[in-house]
Amino acid sequence: MATPVMDKAEAVAKSQASPYITVTFRIRRFNPEVSDAAVWEDFQIEIDPKERVLDGLHKIKWDVDGTLTFRRSCAHGICGSDAMRINGKNRLACKTLIKDINPEKPITVEAIKGLTVLKDLVVDMEPFFQAYRDVMPFLVTKGNEPTRERLQSAEDRERFDDTTKCILCAACTSSCPVFWNDGQYFGPAAIVNAHRFIFDSRDEAGEQRLEILNDKDGVWRCRTTFNCTDACPRGIEVTKAIQEVKRALITRRF
Amino acid sequence: MSADTSSAIGPVEGSVYDVDNPAPYIEAPRKRTGKTPRSTRGNFEMAAWLFMRLSGIVLVVLVIGHLLIQLVLDGGVSKIGFAFVAGRWASPFWQVWDLLMLWLAMLHGANGLRTVINDYAERANTRLWLKGLLYTATVFTILLGTLVIFTFDPNIR
Repeated sequence: MATPVMDKAEAVAKSQASPYITVTFRIRRFNPEVSDAAVWEDFQIEIDPKERVLDGLHKIKWDVDGTLTFRRSCAHGICGSDAMRINGKNRLACKTLIKDINPEKPITVEAIKGLTVLKDLVVDMEPFFQAYRDVMPFLVTKGNEPTRERLQSAEDRERFDDTTKCILCAACTSSCPVFWNDGQYFGPAAIVNAHRFIFDSRDEAGEQRLEILNDKDGVWRCRTTFNCTDACPRGIEVTKAIQEVKRALITRRF
Repeated sequence: MSADTSSAIGPVEGSVYDVDNPAPYIEAPRKRTGKTPRSTRGNFEMAAWLFMRLSGIVLVVLVIGHLLIQLVLDGGVSKIGFAFVAGRWASPFWQVWDLLMLWLAMLHGANGLRTVINDYAERANTRLWLKGLLYTATVFTILLGTLVIFTFDPNIR
């Protein structure tokens, strides 16, 4: 063991050294105005490993190549705009630290799969949102509007708490191999948002939503591969929610 | 724009998109109208899903019992012969056992392959042909097996 004095000197030297390291970003580029073929392009940038992948993309777009195209809005893991496939796994670029994904090797960044790529990392989210709209993600009630709030016990609220966390980033749906095939499957995100209302004690259209998800492209196409649960940046137990919808379909009818 | 942009994304292969040759478009999921949508195929997918679970449980018992009797107990595989099979099929219990195993295993396997085809075959035509082949083979095997179990003649020479 070294003396305390040397430790201190080392610490000072370390704090003065640059925190920046050289990281290679290998980005899947696609520009339909140039070619129908997508190509990998490498960018080497200096970046603090404690920064996020999104910061790296910003650095590239702002300082290196302005044609790089990607979506992001809040940049803090709430809006769900910047879901992308980073090192082969669907994540939010704004919640992934460089140091957590081995910056020694090139970091691959590509668009999420199963949706049409419009340019670089931007995909057409319309099929995804169409599936979301199809499950009627809003409160449906009968009778007159109450004069007070619609009250709910803490236990009833707890029943669907997990699925209220969804930010519609499409990380789960675009990680689902069944969705990759023809895009007709409702996808985990739509089922999660149906689950949020099916198990809400205040809602009265659960039966209707269950019938929608009983479709041949509904919950029965789920193969429980757990890709969605692994991909969810909000930690929602997606596969469990899908299984609960399946169970409700069987037990509520027979 | 061409010179700078193309050099920025490296060598370009394939054809160029324009208004007449747009980028491929992924079909949107089913369009829905009306208040109470009826699913297109009734509850077939749910029935198939339930059948897989239930037949799976029954098959575990049937198949493990079958393997034990045929391969492990009472002298193992060496005892199997025409006489052994004839002796078992003389009893209605084993006839029903084998018939149930045949039907459940074939339907279970066929349904599993059907979902695999649905998941992996991308073109409608490929699906149609693969499923046609699958259903033909399944029906043929089930009918032939059933015929053999019911018309088995131990005195055949």
